[in-house]
Amino acid sequence: MQQRNVLQYLEATVKEVPDKVAYEDADGRAMTFREVFDASRSIGSCLAREGFGHEPVIIFMEKTPMCVATFFGTVYGGCFYVPIDEEMPAMRIDLIIKTLQPRVMICDEKTVKKAQELDFHGRILVYEEISALGEDTGRLDEIRREQIDTDPIYIVFTSGSTGVPKGVVACHRSVIDYIENLSEVLRFDRDTRFGNQSPFYFDACLKELYPTIKFGASTVIVPRQLFMFPLKLVEFLNEKKINTICWVVSALTMISSLGALKKETPKYLKTIAFGSEVFPIKQFNRWRQAVPGARFVNLYGPTEATGMSCWYEADRDFEEGEAIPIGRPFENTRILLLDDEDKLADEGEICIAGTPVTLGYFNAPDKTAEAFVQNPLNRNYPETIYRTGDIARRNENGELVFVSRKDYQIKHMGHRIELGEIEANVATDDLISLCCAVYVREKDRIQLYYTGERDEKELGESLKEHLPRYMLPGRIVKLDTMPLTPNGKIDRKLLSGMAAGSKGER
Amino acid sequence: MEELLEILKDLHDDVDYETCTTLIDDRILDSFDIVTLVAEVDDKLDVQIPPEELIPENFNSASAIWALIERLDND
Repeated sequence: MQQRNVLQYLEATVKEVPDKVAYEDADGRAMTFREVFDASRSIGSCLAREGFGHEPVIIFMEKTPMCVATFFGTVYGGCFYVPIDEEMPAMRIDLIIKTLQPRVMICDEKTVKKAQELDFHGRILVYEEISALGEDTGRLDEIRREQIDTDPIYIVFTSGSTGVPKGVVACHRSVIDYIENLSEVLRFDRDTRFGNQSPFYFDACLKELYPTIKFGASTVIVPRQLFMFPLKLVEFLNEKKINTICWVVSALTMISSLGALKKETPKYLKTIAFGSEVFPIKQFNRWRQAVPGARFVNLYGPTEATGMSCWYEADRDFEEGEAIPIGRPFENTRILLLDDEDKLADEGEICIAGTPVTLGYFNAPDKTAEAFVQNPLNRNYPETIYRTGDIARRNENGELVFVSRKDYQIKHMGHRIELGEIEANVATDDLISLCCAVYVREKDRIQLYYTGERDEKELGESLKEHLPRYMLPGRIVKLDTMPLTPNGKIDRKLLSGMAAGSKGER
Repeated sequence: MEELLEILKDLHDDVDYETCTTLIDDRILDSFDIVTLVAEVDDKLDVQIPPEELIPENFNSASAIWALIERLDND
């Protein structure tokens, strides 16, 4: 039978290795496949019994194995999960709630108090209660019979240039396609032990959570704090015998640039996948020297195409200044490079076609219509492509190489950020006249310039309530007058130059 | 100590470094801050912090960081 539901992975695996640990964290919390299966079926049954279905369910839990079981439980209930995190500022959570208008949220005993303080008026269910009620097999079977593989399974939110985050909706079909192709490229199997770095509210964690149930592999959730202490992190990888990591580049460079690889080798690692950012060659070469037996794979892809769309096996040394290609698309994914006139070109915007393209943005038809468009090369029947806004070129080997962004989207610490979202939040302050956020690549820092009556410190404080930490400007500078171009627009180029030149003094 | 405070203020200028003893525990400093801090300390104070000294206890307060720097400097 053809697979049309992601839960079929779990259902096949639980028959084979029910007592193997599927997910564990550093605090000793662990769940076997049997426990994940039972808890998620209980949660799904409960959602159905309470009258929920085909709707978003906010998951506001600590990053634990139980949180993963709740994701699957939501899918069992015929709903789609929307993870949020206690580190998200309240304003952002409010915006997400406003966009979704959800009727139900699932918390755990640790987060339930915070949940009650949110501007949310639906039902709050608590994991510890709903995971132990047992399953209603008849109802779960009924949900499964009725389900189709284009039904959504999750929404993750990504930065939006107008100040409102966009909720990307992904379905069974695209996740299955992605997981199958990713697993083949990275050669996952039952012996794979993942070290998870990505927060659960990003699509990046699909790389660990789903192959784990597909193969009966294992995922260890690496504590966030360890990403500040590189030697301890490497020791943790060794202690947990982690052999596969799919991390943002900044997590890898933190280890190598602080010298940890010279003291301790991550001796079990055999697959190191990285992405979301350009890997500085000096650091990449340090990694290759430290772990010569491992495969290094560069991954590229937007949330809107489910996860990763292209891959490149970086199996040689690179020269300083050279860029590691993003390579070729996964099978069943097509990449079109379109120039300004929407013609195929050797350098142009990366546009993605195929099953991995997600369903669009939740409750945002205009935003969806801007990015999920008819393939301009096809006038004969409907064919949606996703326009990434990333510019790439083909090198002499036919491999794709990332060139730049078309707009003001940046990557900072592995996070995708629209500078416009920062500006839109600053502009909501009545005491601000003009503002402009620029990104200083050399220092990996966001710098904000503004004019107006607001004090720099006050502005910094208030932004903390609006924006996630990774979006906060590293420096806020008040100007007497905003430099403008002859056309009267804010002179971004000049400000970028100023920011790159400044040593930090005001 | 003054130079260290300057580096720290540069990372987050709204933190009272004289009194705060939970820079790590309360997640005031993140991994990006640690990387920047290590580079700046090397740059401005010519002290190299080795990876085995990168542990939470050494970074929870400005005075702990300063004690670490002095210890490394005397070695």
